[in-house]
Order: sequence, then structure tokens, then C-alpha cells
Amino acid sequence: MAPFEPLPALLGGALIGLASVLLMVFTGRIAGISGISAGLLTIGGDKGWRLAFIAGLIAAPLLGALVGHPMPPPDMPGSWTIVIVAGLLVGFGVRLAGGCTSGHGICGIARFSPRSVVATVVFVFTAMVVVAIVRHGVGA
Amino acid sequence: MLALASFTCGLVFGLGLLISGMTQPAKVLGFLDVLGRWDPTLLFVMAGALAVTALGYAFARRRPKPVFAPQSLWPTRTDIDRPLVIGAAMFGIGWGLSGLCPGPALANLASLSPRLVVFVIAMGVGMVLQDFWQKRTPPAATGKDAALAASSDS
Repeated sequence: MAPFEPLPALLGGALIGLASVLLMVFTGRIAGISGISAGLLTIGGDKGWRLAFIAGLIAAPLLGALVGHPMPPPDMPGSWTIVIVAGLLVGFGVRLAGGCTSGHGICGIARFSPRSVVATVVFVFTAMVVVAIVRHGVGA
Repeated sequence: MLALASFTCGLVFGLGLLISGMTQPAKVLGFLDVLGRWDPTLLFVMAGALAVTALGYAFARRRPKPVFAPQSLWPTRTDIDRPLVIGAAMFGIGWGLSGLCPGPALANLASLSPRLVVFVIAMGVGMVLQDFWQKRTPPAATGKDAALAASSDS
């Protein structure tokens, strides 16, 4: 795993913030990835801007590779069961909560929404507990 | 123009994920692993993103309407309800198991990693299941808050 580098982290974060602000200024929408993508899976609705945003998101690593910043392949869990269960939980959970790391964690906290602060504390804490159990056998 | 603007925003968002290292589940899990060798990267990404978004949103709120759309859709809910907390906990379990949340999962699609593709399909199935479940649940049982929750935070 790459070592911790504060500057790329801050710069990358600032770009994520810039994209969120521009999406609001241009389209009037919150840059919540779960909300944007879930809108593509329902019947009807406004699909054009959603598809365009997700296409840009997927194209970013391709552009990165072109300019000499290739994306390392994602290191996924070894178990297929965990891959599928985690995917189902993420998909169901973000829709039930009305947002994910971007919609609640960034856009929501940036507008000082109490719902988003609570959601973010809950999902970060829960994920930390899960990692503690999986990696360190806490509670086992 | 709306689609081009939206594509550009998605591209910049994805580049931010890529540059910050957040497309790598190992970096995210490093942040979540408070008992191991803790990696503060995600905290710095959040700090950078929140600083820019909070300032930019304050500016955006003063504009009468978006450039390419009739109105700004700012979320309005402030109540803390059960679906919010339970949904966030379910998401947290999946996030902790995989190191993937929706943005990085989609940004990684171009890698064509079979496990990643299966994760994204499962995530989509989870979203659709939640949609069905919500439509089947009478509003009186969960409160119509649940129906609103899906659309009003993001």
C-alpha cells in the first residue's frame, strides 16, 4: 500500500469539493454518488445528467492513465461471498440512509445538515468496528 | 450543455478520487483500521473536500438559479429518523468489509476487475431492492419520512 501523503490527499479532496460545487452551480444538484446512480436504476426520471456524471467518473482513471497516472487495480476481498454481501449492504444501506460518503459525508456536512453529520458518524464508526473485528478479531 | 457540464463534474470528481488515493480500497481500509497502522489519508481528503464545498456552497446559495437547470434542489430535511441510522449502519458494514463506497466503486469500473464488477452489480441490486422494499412498505408503518429520505439528502 502507498504511504500516507498529505498533499495529494488535500488536493484530491479539494477537486472532489470543486466538482460538488460546480455540479450545484451548473445543474442545481447535490453530488451524491449513490443518489445519482440510483436514479439510473428506476423507471422514468431525468437520466441524461446522471449518465453524463457517472460516465465522467468512470472516464477519470482512463484520463489519468493517459497523462501517466495509472490507477492500480483495486484490491478486493478474497471471498466472493464477502464481495457480494458487501455490495448488497452498501447499495441497500446508502438508499435507506439517503446518501453515502459523498452525499452525506461531503455535501451534507458542508451545508451543516444534522442528518448528514449523524449518518457520517454512524457509517464511519460501524465500518471501523467491522475492520477491527475482521483484522484484529475484536469481540471474537 | 447540461450533460457536458455534468460529465465534466464527474470527471473532476473522479480525478479527485484518483489523485487522493481513494480509488484504492486498501487506503480506505487503512483509515478505518484504527487498531492497526492507521492511515490518515481519508481525513485529509475530507478536510480538503469540506473546505472547498462549504465555501462554494455558500456562494452557490446566493445565486438565484443554476446555470443549466431551472432550480437548485437543496435538501431540506433535518430530522434524525430510524431509516437514516439503520441505513448508515448497513452501509458502514459493507464499507468496512470491502473498503468501497459508491463513488470509488464506480470509478474503478474501468479496471474491469471481475470482483469489482460483481461488487458494483450487487450494489445496484441492493439499491433496487431498497426501492422495491420502500414502495411495498405502507407509509403508516415506517412513516412517509422513509419515502422522502431516499430523494432528499442527495
